[in-house]
Amino acid sequence: MSMTRREMITRTGKFIILTAAAAEGLQQLTGSAQGQPLKYDAAKHWWAMTLDVEKCIGCGNCVRACAAENDVPRGYFRTWIERYHVIGNDIEHPTVESPDGGIHGFPPAAGDDGKWFFVPKLCNHCAHSPCVQVCPVGATFESPDGVVLVDEKYCLGCRYCVQACPYGCRYIHPKKKTVDKCTLCYHRITRGLTTACCEACPTGARKLADLKDPNDPVHEFLRNNVVQVLKPQMATGSKAYYAGLDGSVR
Amino acid sequence: MRIRFTDASHLVVLVLAFAAGLLVFVALRYALVPAGFGSLGGHYRGPAVAEVAARPIAYAGQTSCLPCHDTEGKDRAGGKHKSVACEACHGALARHTEDPSAVKPALPVASKLCASCHEKDRAKPQWFPQVATEEHSGGADCKSCHMPHNPDPNRGAAQ
Amino acid sequence: MGHLAGVDGFMYPNEIELQWSILIVLYPFITGLVAGAFILASLERVFKVAVLKPTYRLSLLTALAFLLVAPLPLQLHLGHPERSLEMYLTPHRSSAMAMFGFVYLWYLMVVLLVEIWLDYRADIVQLAQTSRGPMRLLYRIMTLGSMNVGPASRSLDDRVGWLVTLIGIPSAFLLHGYVGFIFGSVKANAWWSTPLMPIVFVFSAMVSGIAAVVLVYYAYSWFQRRPIDMACVDAIARFLFYVFVVDFSLEMLDLVHRMYEADESFRTLDFMVKTRLFVPQIVLQITLGTVVPLLMLGATQVVRFREAVRRRLYMISCCLTLIGIFAMRWNVVIGGQLFSKSYLGYTTYKLEFATREGLVPAVALMVLPLIILAVLLKLLPPWRQQEPVDAVTQ
Repeated sequence: MSMTRREMITRTGKFIILTAAAAEGLQQLTGSAQGQPLKYDAAKHWWAMTLDVEKCIGCGNCVRACAAENDVPRGYFRTWIERYHVIGNDIEHPTVESPDGGIHGFPPAAGDDGKWFFVPKLCNHCAHSPCVQVCPVGATFESPDGVVLVDEKYCLGCRYCVQACPYGCRYIHPKKKTVDKCTLCYHRITRGLTTACCEACPTGARKLADLKDPNDPVHEFLRNNVVQVLKPQMATGSKAYYAGLDGSVR
Repeated sequence: MRIRFTDASHLVVLVLAFAAGLLVFVALRYALVPAGFGSLGGHYRGPAVAEVAARPIAYAGQTSCLPCHDTEGKDRAGGKHKSVACEACHGALARHTEDPSAVKPALPVASKLCASCHEKDRAKPQWFPQVATEEHSGGADCKSCHMPHNPDPNRGAAQ
Repeated sequence: MGHLAGVDGFMYPNEIELQWSILIVLYPFITGLVAGAFILASLERVFKVAVLKPTYRLSLLTALAFLLVAPLPLQLHLGHPERSLEMYLTPHRSSAMAMFGFVYLWYLMVVLLVEIWLDYRADIVQLAQTSRGPMRLLYRIMTLGSMNVGPASRSLDDRVGWLVTLIGIPSAFLLHGYVGFIFGSVKANAWWSTPLMPIVFVFSAMVSGIAAVVLVYYAYSWFQRRPIDMACVDAIARFLFYVFVVDFSLEMLDLVHRMYEADESFRTLDFMVKTRLFVPQIVLQITLGTVVPLLMLGATQVVRFREAVRRRLYMISCCLTLIGIFAMRWNVVIGGQLFSKSYLGYTTYKLEFATREGLVPAVALMVLPLIILAVLLKLLPPWRQQEPVDAVTQ
C-alpha cells in the first residue's frame, strides 16, 4: 500500500489523537465510584491521625462506620473504643472495658468515684512498624505515603505480624484467612475523602492528618496540645497522635 | 595422598546434583516472583497499593450530600450540629448519591439515635451536652422539641 | 465483659482469640528433637566419643524422621499454605521467620541427608547388590552410580562426613536457635522478649533430643531383641545430666531475673503462671519435667545403682523430660498469648479436638515421625550384621 507523505502525516496524526482520546476516556471510566478520576501523587502525602481524648464521647459511630465501610467481620475490629475508669492515684490499675469494641456504645458507667474517659484505638500506621519488619514474605508494608497496608493476595496467614503488633490492631479475616487491619481507609483518602471513622465522628475527636500538607490542622494540633503516642517505649514511630492521653492508658 | 576419580565419583555426582538443584531453584525464583514486586521501592508487590485503593466506597462524604440537600445543610450550619457529618446520623449513603431515586435511606429513629450520643453518662466528658432522658422529657420523642439538623429547642420541633 | 467466655479483665478486642495454636507448640518441639538428636550424633563423630557408637545412626535417623515432619504443623496452620513457596521467592530479610525455608532446606539437604548417606554408603552398596525387586532399584539409585567401597573411597567419605558434621553442629543450633529468636525478638510480647530465648531453646532442644534418642534406642533394641549397651546409655545419661543442669539454670535465671526486675509486665505474668499456667509450668515443666529427672539423673551419677535400676531410672527420666520440654514449648507459645498486651487481662486457649489445628492433627503429627522412623530403620538398618562387600575390588 502506498500513500503520499501528506496522507501518512494525516493518518498518523489522527491515530495519535484518537488513541489519546480513547486513553483519556478509559481513565475517566476507571475513575472512582463518584466519577472522580484518580489523580493521586503519593509523594505529596504522609498520613497520620489525631485523636482528642477529651472530645470522645464513646458513641461508637466510628466503629460502626468502619465496619460498614470496610466490611469488617463481626467480632473483629479495625478500630475500637476503650472506656477507662481510674480511681484516685491508682494509675497503674485502671478498669478498662470495650464491650464488642464499643460498636453499640457502652452500658451506663456504674460507680461513684474516680474519673472516666474514652480512648479510640486503631492501627497506628507506625513509621518503624514492627509488623512490617516481621512479615516473612513482604505481604504487609508501609506505602510510600505512610499507610501500613496488607497485600491480601500475598499474605500467607502465618500471623507473625499479629504477634508483633504491640497495639493489638491486627486480626485474621475469618473468610479470607489473611491478616486484616485498618487501612486508614486508603481507598477513600486517595480520592480526597476522609476516613469513614472521621466522617462519622460527631465531635471531631478523630481527624485524619496529612503531615506533608502545610495547611493541615495537624500542625496546630501538635503545637497546641499535650500530645502522646501509645507505648512510646516500643519506638514504633506511631503516627496516631493522642491529645489528653492519661498515664493509665495501655 | 592422591585421590583417584573412581574413589570420589559419588561425591562428584552429589555436588553436580546440588548444583543442578540450585540452578533449578534460581530459575524457578525468577519465573515465579510476582510482577511488580519491589516496584515501589519496598519489599512488597507494588500493584498491591492500587488494589487496596480500588475498594468500593460506602460513605459518600458530606460534600456529596450538600449540593442536593442545601436546605438541610444551611439549617445545620446555624446550630450546634454544624460539625456533625450527614452520614454520622444517616449512615453510609454512597449508593444513594449514585442513584438518588432508587436508593432511599430509612430515616433514623430519633429517640435511639439521639440517646446514643446524648444520654447522660458519667463516663462522657463534662463539656458535652447530655441529659438523663427520663428527667429531661419523661420519655417523650426528642423530635417533639428538637429539630435534629439544628437542635436548638427555641427553633421549634421537627416537622 | 461477662459474656466473653474465658476472658478475665480486659483484653484488646482482637487479642481474645489466640493466633498460634498447639501446632505452633509442636514445631519448636519437633525441631528441638532434631537438633538435640543431631548434637548427640555429632558427639560421636566430631568429638570421637566412641562409647556412643551404638546410637550414632539411630540419632541421625531420628533427626531425619522428625525433620521431615517439621514443616507439616506449619503448613496446617497457615491461612494459605499454597503460598508458602513465597518464603523462598521473596524472603523478607528483616524477618527471622523468612530464614525458615532456607535454614530448613540447608539442614535437610546439605547436612543431614549428606551425612546419613555418607555414613551408610557402604551398607547401601551392599544392599544394592543383595536385595531383590523394587528395593534393589531404590538402593541402586541411592548409590548415586558408584559401587566403590574400597578403603580409599571410604576414607574419603569419612573425612567429608566429619566435615559435614562439623558444619552441622552450628547448623543444628541455627535450625532451632532461630525458632527461639522468632519469639525472643518480639518486643511487643513481654513473655517472649528476652535475649535468653534462643539459648534456652537450644539447650532444651538438646535435652529433649537426647532423651528421645535414648527412648528410641530402648525401643529399637527391644524390637531387635538386642541387649542395651549400658556403657553407651550411661554416657548419654551423664551428658544429658550436664546439659540439663545448664538448661535448668538458664530457665531459672529467666524467672529470677523477671522477679527481681519486676517491670510493668511482671505482675500480670506472675499471676498468669500461678493460675492459668500452673499445671503446665509449675507442675509439668519445672517439677515433673526438670527437677525430678534432674534428681534421678543426678542420683545415678553419685550412687552406684544396679544396671536394671539405672535402666529404669533413665527411661523414666527421659519420658518425664520429653513431657517437660513439650510443656516448656506450650508455656512459651500458648503462655505468651494468654495475657493481654495491656497487662490488664487474660484469655483462655480453647484446644479443639478434630479441627485443622486441634488435638487430633497434633497427635497424628507426633505419631507420624515414629512411623517414618520405623520405615527408615527398615530401609537403613543401623547396626551392621556383616561387613559390606566391595564390588570394585572383587
